[in-house]
Amino acid sequence: MIKIEKRNDVPMALYFFTPFIAIILTILGGGIIFYILGFNPIEALKFYFITPISNLYGFSELLLKATPLCLIAIGLSFCFKSNNWNIGAEGQLTFGAIVGGGVALLFYNQEGFYILPLVIIAGAIGGMIFALIPAILKTYFNTNEILVSLMLVYVSKLLLDYLVVGPWSNPEGFNFPETRQFSDSSRMPLLFEGLRIHAGIFLALAAVMLSWFVLYKTYLGFQIKVSGLSLKTAKYAGFKGKTMILVVFMISGACAGLAGVGEITGPIGQLHRMISPDYGFTAIIVAFLGRLNPFGIIFASLVVALTYLGAETAQIFLQIPKYTGQVFQGMILFFLLASDYLLFFKVKILNLKKNELRH
Amino acid sequence: MSLDISFIGILIGSIMASSVPLILAASGELITERSGVLNLGVEGMMIIGAISGFALMVITDNLFIAIVGSMLSGVIISLIFGFLTQSLLTNHVATGLALTIFGIGLSAMLGKNFVGIPGKEFPILFSSLKESIPFFGPILFGHSIVLYFAFALPFLTNYFLKKTKLGLIVRAVGDSPVSASNQGINVILVRYCCILYGGAMCGLAGAYLSLIYTPQWIENMTAGRGWIALALVVFATWSPIKVLIGALIFGGITILQLHMQAIGFRIPVQFLSALPYLMTIIVLVVISRDSRKIKLNTPTSLGRIFYKEK
Repeated sequence: MIKIEKRNDVPMALYFFTPFIAIILTILGGGIIFYILGFNPIEALKFYFITPISNLYGFSELLLKATPLCLIAIGLSFCFKSNNWNIGAEGQLTFGAIVGGGVALLFYNQEGFYILPLVIIAGAIGGMIFALIPAILKTYFNTNEILVSLMLVYVSKLLLDYLVVGPWSNPEGFNFPETRQFSDSSRMPLLFEGLRIHAGIFLALAAVMLSWFVLYKTYLGFQIKVSGLSLKTAKYAGFKGKTMILVVFMISGACAGLAGVGEITGPIGQLHRMISPDYGFTAIIVAFLGRLNPFGIIFASLVVALTYLGAETAQIFLQIPKYTGQVFQGMILFFLLASDYLLFFKVKILNLKKNELRH
Repeated sequence: MSLDISFIGILIGSIMASSVPLILAASGELITERSGVLNLGVEGMMIIGAISGFALMVITDNLFIAIVGSMLSGVIISLIFGFLTQSLLTNHVATGLALTIFGIGLSAMLGKNFVGIPGKEFPILFSSLKESIPFFGPILFGHSIVLYFAFALPFLTNYFLKKTKLGLIVRAVGDSPVSASNQGINVILVRYCCILYGGAMCGLAGAYLSLIYTPQWIENMTAGRGWIALALVVFATWSPIKVLIGALIFGGITILQLHMQAIGFRIPVQFLSALPYLMTIIVLVVISRDSRKIKLNTPTSLGRIFYKEK
C-alpha cells in the first residue's frame, strides 16, 4: 500500500536534486517522442544532446546561447522570488535591443572605445524602461502584470519590425528588413579567434555574482524573499511594497535589455526581425529549473541552451523539426513542477500487515 | 469606399466572425477560473486545437471529425494541466506557461507537413438569406454553425452559472473550496471537469481559426489571441455576457485595423497591428483601477492550490 504524507519542511538536498529528476524524465520523454516520430530514439538523443557539444565550436555555441538565457533568468529570479509574474522578458529584450541598437546606429561610421559601453548602457536602460510599464500599472492601477507584460512583447516586436523596414532600414540594403551593420566599436569583443563566444558572457557572470550578493547579503534581498514567502508578513514588517515591485521589475528589465544588446552587438551585428529565438520566454524555464538560485541558473541555462543546439543539430542530421526544442523546454518545466510533489509530500510504501496491526 | 448601409452590415458580420475565437476561448477559461483555477495555457490549447483540427480535416476529409477532434485534443492537453495542478498541486501560473510553450512547440512539430495545404470550404448556413436581406442579411445569416454556437455560448454559460445546481457548485468551489469540500463536494473533481471543459472550448477556438476563419495552417496562427482571451475574462469581471461584449470590441478593433490598412491609412501597418494589444492594456488599466470592484468579482480562490488532508 502506498501512503502519502505531507512533509513538515522541505529537505534542501531534495530541493536541488529534483531538477535532475526532471531532466532525466525529459530525456526519456524525448526518446519516446522520437520513437513515435519514427526515429531511432538512442541515435536521435545522441544527435540532440551529445553531438552538439562534442567539439570546441559546439561548446562555444552552447555558451553563446546560455549567455542571454542566464542573464534574463537572473533578472526574472528577482521578480519570481517576490511573487511578481513578469513574463514579458522577450519584450524587454527586444526594446533593450532597439534602444541599444539605435545608439549603435548613431555611431555606425565612427570608432571609439566609448561606443560599446554606451550601447550596453542604453540597452539596459531600454529594457528597464519597458519593464517599468507593467510595474507602474501594477502598483498604481492594480493591473495584472502577467497580461500587460505579455501584450508588450507583441508591441515591441511590431515596433522593431516597423523600424527595420522603415526609418532605420539600411539605405544601401536593397530594401531588406535590416539596419546597417554596426561599426566594430559597437561589437562585443570575441574571446577566441574563429569562435562566436563573446565578452557578453562576462556580463552574465557579473549578473550572477551581483544577484547572489543582493539576494543573500542585502536588506533588499531579504525584503524580496520575505515578500515572496508571505505578502502579509512583508506588509506587517513595514516593507515598502510598491517600491520593491518597481525595483524588481527594473532589475529584470535591465537584465533582459542587456541580453538583447548582447545578441545584437555579439553574433548578429545589426538589427533585424529575428533577434531572439524566444530567449525571453525560455528564460522563464531556466529560472525555475535553476530554482531561482544564481548558481542554479548558470547550470540550468547550459541545460536549456543545449535544447536549442540539439534541436538545430537534429534538424540538420535527422530532419527532425527544430520545434522539438520548444517541446523539450515545455517538458522540462512540466516534469520539474511535477517532481516538486516529492518536496512537499512523502511517498511511503507500507507493509499492509503492519498497517492493520496499528488499527 | 462608400459607407452605405449594406457595407456596415457586412462590416458588422466580419467583426462578429473575428470575435468568435475570443468568445469561445474566454467563455471556456471563464468556467475554469470560476472554479478557482487560473489556466494560462489558453494560447497553447488553442494552437493545439488549430493544428489538430486542420490535420484531421486533411486526413479524414470530414469537417465534423475535425471539429470534434480539435475539441478532444484540447481536452487531452488540458488534462496535463489538470493532472499537474490538481493531483500534483503545482503552481497554476508556471504550469500554464509550460502548457503554452509546450503547445506552441508541439503544434509546429505536428504541423510541419501541413504548411501550405489549402483548406476546405466550411459550410455556411442560410447563405441565400444573407444576399437577399440588406443590412441584416450579412449580420444574421451566412455564418458557420460554430459562430452561432459561439454567440449562444455566453448566454448558456450565464444560465449555467446562475440557474443550475452544477453552476452553483462550480462557483462554490471557486469561491470557497474548503466549505464546498465540507459540504461533501469533490473539489478536485469539479476543478478537473472545468479545466477539461476550458480545454475543449480553446480547442474549438483554435479549430475555428484553422478551419473557418483563415482555412489553412500557419505556424503560430493564434498570434496572441489566447492571451487576449485571458485578458477578456478579467475585462468581463468574470461575467459571461460581458465576455461577449468585450470580444466584439476586440473583434471590432481587429477589423477596423485591417480596413485602415486596406484603404492605405497614413499610419504604419505595424502600429495598426499593435492596436489590439495596446487596447488590451488600456482596457485592463481602466477595469482594474477600481480594486474593490475587481476583488468583489474575482473568484476568491483563483490560482490557489487546494489540498485536502486525507
